[in-house]
Amino acid sequence: MNRVRTNPGTTKNKNVFYYLKRDWMLYLLLVIPMIFLYLFFYRPMYGLTVAFKDYSITRGINESPWVGLSVFKEIFGMKDFYRAFRNTLGLNLLDLITGFPAPIILALLLNEVRVKWFKKTSQTLLYLPYFISWVIIGSIMYQLFSPQTGLVNILIRSMGGATVPFLTENWHWVVTYNLVGLWHSAGWGTIIYLAAMSGINPELYEAAIVDGAGRLRRIWHVTLPGIKSTIIVLLIINVGRITGFSFERGYNMMNPLVMSVADNLSIFVYNLGLRALRFNVATAVGLFQSVVGFILVMITNYAANKAGEQGIT
Amino acid sequence: MKSDFKSKIFNFIVYFTLGLTVLICILPFLHIMAISLSDNSAVMSQKVSLFPIGFNIKAYIEVFSDQTMMDSLGFTALMTLLVAVIGLLITIALAYPLSRKSLKGRKIFMYLILFTFYFNAGIIPNYINIQELGLFNSIWVLILPVVLSPFNMILMKNYIQTAIPESLEESAKLDGCSEVGFLIRIVLPLSKPILATIALFFAVGRWNGFQDALYYIQSKPLYPLQLKLFYLVSAAQSTESFSAEGMATAFTPEVVRAASIMFATIPILIVYPFLQKYFVKGALLGSIKE
Repeated sequence: MNRVRTNPGTTKNKNVFYYLKRDWMLYLLLVIPMIFLYLFFYRPMYGLTVAFKDYSITRGINESPWVGLSVFKEIFGMKDFYRAFRNTLGLNLLDLITGFPAPIILALLLNEVRVKWFKKTSQTLLYLPYFISWVIIGSIMYQLFSPQTGLVNILIRSMGGATVPFLTENWHWVVTYNLVGLWHSAGWGTIIYLAAMSGINPELYEAAIVDGAGRLRRIWHVTLPGIKSTIIVLLIINVGRITGFSFERGYNMMNPLVMSVADNLSIFVYNLGLRALRFNVATAVGLFQSVVGFILVMITNYAANKAGEQGIT
Repeated sequence: MKSDFKSKIFNFIVYFTLGLTVLICILPFLHIMAISLSDNSAVMSQKVSLFPIGFNIKAYIEVFSDQTMMDSLGFTALMTLLVAVIGLLITIALAYPLSRKSLKGRKIFMYLILFTFYFNAGIIPNYINIQELGLFNSIWVLILPVVLSPFNMILMKNYIQTAIPESLEESAKLDGCSEVGFLIRIVLPLSKPILATIALFFAVGRWNGFQDALYYIQSKPLYPLQLKLFYLVSAAQSTESFSAEGMATAFTPEVVRAASIMFATIPILIVYPFLQKYFVKGALLGSIKE
């Protein structure tokens, strides 16, 4: 193995065995991860056929008869499916609108801090919420916002205000849901933008100062263009997640009083599949969710490439 | 002088906004901590906000003397350790070969992995898969499916490609170093920040997650801490605020619930500051695009 690699130009006509022999150690390393990739990511794909079958656990996938698209016809006729779909899109769109710019703004602010200890301390504390589980966030949220015993409502009442139904009225819940999501991830989101900002050539800032640009102008003309490609990549990733839904977040934040706005596809699939045991219907909804998400990623990526930006591929 | 004034206002806005955001990030924890250290009667009469009233640690003593809680803690810690170690090994074995630009078929492997990032079979196919593999209701179902993470693999691969100069590899090869020798002697020692980052991501993901346990685990001794906590807090919440009066006394007192929350959070709070310096560096280099 102590041979120096020949340069790529001359290896063009070599066959597969040449590479297998040369890089056998690397291929060997890949074997176990590939087994995991197959077992837990690709093997389940076969289960997607359940969406087109009259599945029953006792019969198994192979023995269950095909039923074509009738399962899909059933879900498109379900009122609750539309509700869950609408809520998923709505809540995610709201998350995108507030949650996407928030880390950019925070990162821009952090980037302007010149006092080192302040910057370090703020970063440490801003990242913290991201490491807290949704179970705990859900229960903290309840401690803070519940109508009778929540700290925020106690404070509001002590100042003479009326109880605010943060968790029990639809629109209040939607806003609370959104803000808690922001609390959880906005700080952590800054890390990738700060990375991009640290890569900006300092000479650009110096040149801008010479040209008489103030700090706002420097942000606008140097910092933002410097992180543009990062912004676009993250936008693509975020758009792709618009039909996806964090089950844990939804499950820990919802309550029976706001189900008409809190029910979403992930909860819907869980209730339908693992609780009502309607496996084929739940699979079909999940498939629909994944396909729409995938198409959205492809479209955004295509649009980004068209606009002359490097997308994700 | 005018620009000096403008700069002062600018600074004020920057520091004020950040300071406020930081406060919002930590105040909720202070509140829960205050409750957990207070006297139950003070909590019931809604007097506790950010500082404990009637300071005592009875709630913590109760949590620590609950054997099922301690068992769950031990079980979760073991699981977390296994996930971090196996996850690291798998990530290294995957990321290193794929960081070699000369590897034939590298693109195909990358597409196979990236595709799973954007397309998931969904809850039910995964559920059937787990059942067919015979992993249902075993500790391994909480470990094996999560040790391969496309996201962590990409971080590691990008880190190797940006932080380790190619000239190092050439000279190592000239000295008769094999691929695996180079990985073990050169790449891994130089990758400490990203290894710490990835270990933290795996560990936090496992420590905090309960979704898979909710789906696949039925026997109580195999409940991870978060699932136990979930049943503890959700049972109390639904009775107290979303249904009729009463009942609440049948459930765990609020101070004990708060102490349980702290009990599950403190391990993260302890580990977090030590790893933070690594993961900032690791995430910085790992997120740079090829």
